[in-house]
Amino acid sequence: MRRDVFQAIADPTRREIITLVSKQSLNLNAVAENFDMSRQAISLHIKILQECGLILIKQEGRDRYCSIQPKKLSEVADWIEPFRKLWEARFDKVDDILKKLKTKKNGK
Amino acid sequence: MASKNKTTVIAEPGKQELFIIREFDAPRSIVFKVFSDKKLLEDWMGCKEMKVKYEKYEPKAGGSYRYISTMDNGMSFGFHGVCHDFSPPYRVIQTMEFEGLPETGHVVMETTKFEELPSDRTRVTVHSVFQSLTDRDGMVAAGMERGVTESHERLDQLLEEKFNSVVA
Repeated sequence: MRRDVFQAIADPTRREIITLVSKQSLNLNAVAENFDMSRQAISLHIKILQECGLILIKQEGRDRYCSIQPKKLSEVADWIEPFRKLWEARFDKVDDILKKLKTKKNGK
Repeated sequence: MASKNKTTVIAEPGKQELFIIREFDAPRSIVFKVFSDKKLLEDWMGCKEMKVKYEKYEPKAGGSYRYISTMDNGMSFGFHGVCHDFSPPYRVIQTMEFEGLPETGHVVMETTKFEELPSDRTRVTVHSVFQSLTDRDGMVAAGMERGVTESHERLDQLLEEKFNSVVA
């Protein structure tokens, strides 16, 4: 299975976990409290996020704390980029159409 | 030619909306036309690996539209919606539903505003409101998977050929 930032953010629950943990380090239970699903399911998502390099897990006494890996997070911040590029490509074509319409008009 | 205008996408974490903002070096009435003419829409909505064809386009309040995106590999997806408000040259409000989802009913409300700027320029803002955060993120992520890597030069060429037949 792929383990990169794209895999990490492919799932809506994982995106929410990233948002939560990016604000502050939380232990596993605190993360799980925010979701309407089993602690096991959340653990699995956290494990995937860890394998994708987005989350660091530290043992502190009996608790395991999740914290964000800022460098990887900046890669996630770019998750909008391909969508933006799609619209950029479309709007570049709009520019071309506009240019031609204007030329046509001026030529009349 | 002036430097390229920037395309901005705002999708704040945790919000079920997104904005697409772009300025154009043309007067509002012309920009509005390019955004509301069936033939011109087909020209710029598609790309090298995806053709867009409108099977219905009724730009008026209460009108509806449906277009089909066909990929190079033959896969095709429909999009449809209803036009709620068609107010040239400043605003269009319509719904949009992507037919390729596993279940129906995931509808987006899109408001497109056309603002006049000094020097005959126009700012277009597309505001999309989704029914859930998951819907919004899914839409944005779909762009990610597409992997838009197209040669603009080749596109421009294609467009030029097409354009002649459109305006003629």
